[in-house]
Amino acid sequence: MWDSFGFEFVNYYFVPGLVLGCIYALGAIGITLTFGILRFANFAHGEIMMTGAFLTWTFLELSKLIFGFYFHPLIACIPSIFIAIAIALSVDRFFYKPFRDSPTIMIVMASFGMMLIIRSLVQVIWGPNQITFVKGIAKPNGILRDLSGSFDMMLLVPSKHIFIILGTVIIMLAFNYMLTKTRIGKAMRAVSDSPDLAKVTGIDVEQVIRATWYVGGFCAVMAGVFMAMDTQFIMSTMGFRMLLPMFAAAILGGIGRPFGAVLGGLVIGFAEELSAYPWFGNGPLLSPGYKSGVAFSILVLMLIFRPSGILKGRVF
Amino acid sequence: MTSQSEIMNVSNLFAGYGETEILHGINLNVNDGEIVCVIGPNGAGKSTVLKAILGQINIRDGSINLADQDIVNTPTTEIIKKGISYVPQTNNVFVSLTVEENLEMGAWVNPEYTQKKLIEMYELFPDLSEKRKQPAGSLSGGQRQMVAMAKALMVNAKILLLDEPTAGLSPKYRSEIFSTIKTINNNGVPILMVEQNAKQALGVSDRGYILVDGANRHTGSGIDLINDKEVARMFLGSRE
Repeated sequence: MWDSFGFEFVNYYFVPGLVLGCIYALGAIGITLTFGILRFANFAHGEIMMTGAFLTWTFLELSKLIFGFYFHPLIACIPSIFIAIAIALSVDRFFYKPFRDSPTIMIVMASFGMMLIIRSLVQVIWGPNQITFVKGIAKPNGILRDLSGSFDMMLLVPSKHIFIILGTVIIMLAFNYMLTKTRIGKAMRAVSDSPDLAKVTGIDVEQVIRATWYVGGFCAVMAGVFMAMDTQFIMSTMGFRMLLPMFAAAILGGIGRPFGAVLGGLVIGFAEELSAYPWFGNGPLLSPGYKSGVAFSILVLMLIFRPSGILKGRVF
Repeated sequence: MTSQSEIMNVSNLFAGYGETEILHGINLNVNDGEIVCVIGPNGAGKSTVLKAILGQINIRDGSINLADQDIVNTPTTEIIKKGISYVPQTNNVFVSLTVEENLEMGAWVNPEYTQKKLIEMYELFPDLSEKRKQPAGSLSGGQRQMVAMAKALMVNAKILLLDEPTAGLSPKYRSEIFSTIKTINNNGVPILMVEQNAKQALGVSDRGYILVDGANRHTGSGIDLINDKEVARMFLGSRE
């Protein structure tokens, strides 16, 4: 059963697809929440992700400087999360809130402007070049390799991927708990259903909006850090590059549907990685250079044939 | 009827959307324990009165008092906190939330009584008790209306505003909603409702106001208005 086909497929296509899917899913959550609750497509979302990754790198370097060794990125990202949320909240307060009652296009343009401003600021502070996030080659996790090897199915998954996958699962469970069991989570779903009704019900919509930036900012930083852990480098354009697949994921799942975003993220992640698998013959089905084209194609096809997405979300 | 028992007083109200004025000097009041209904032809400004009370439109002139406190120019959320509960005509439930979650959201402004209120609501609307875990969007129109009303009653409302509670419902549900309105009122909640089904609405109301073109036309007790020849001919579709 565990022939060379399965070995190659699982280790070099399936697991990387799952990892990429997790990263897209986390990013898409913020996009779909902002769309559901604030009703606009937030172009600056990728930049919060990227800023979170840069901040985490800074704290990694600081830990080396102060304590003499590198913290794990998942420790170093904790202060970054707070800073990124503070950035998201201030951007909302000063640049988006004034446009709350204006036509949507104005706030979308404001977010486009914020995207450029944040990226430029990051380039001013950290420079425009690629920075190595974590050094060295990621070796497969020994325990998982030996354990799976004894079942005759050798899994060559590096520890960083295990962290990413488990981390995403934990975040998803917490997120699900929040949306279905807590007062503020239910209110977020209520505002997403109908902001007008939420208002006349007495729900503090501004409080719900702040909660949205908390959750969206947190998920964005985690996506950024996971991305940096996976690729091992960071760059000021990484957020922008993630924007298309994240939007594709949000639309694929149904815009305004958090669990749709997760589903969409996984589908896009898998689709991108599996598009390079040699399904027919020996060469890859699509050259890996076309990976981002896959997300784009899915986005276009969904918008044409099922704009409400898999889980019946809102239509643009 | 003494002025101490007056819950709501709208006086000489001029209001509208943006530049367009819709209400040209409306007067109405609701006393403690009353059901008051506002009827009138389409475009008379019936729903606009409710929107004005909730602070959702521009008020040019006039006053709106809730228990002798002026609430003009108060933000909607604050108005809800002061004890006005409102059931919109359409989109009045959170469709993707379960029935119970809808009721919990209704209790947002004073959540400490949520559990007690939930029990009360399931007694008042036994149908909802069975459906508490279902999304409100999966319910029929009549049941949604019940969810909407229960949601509004989750707070200790000083007054309940209903915008066409029976619009689009089958006759069976219509009667059920009207009898529920009566029950809610008997439990001590004054009600101000806007209605299209004028005759039935006047039948359960203590008093009624007939609005035409954004102004008061007739005022009287429910029975008097039903028996009034002109009102019957003009507004109740009577063929006598």
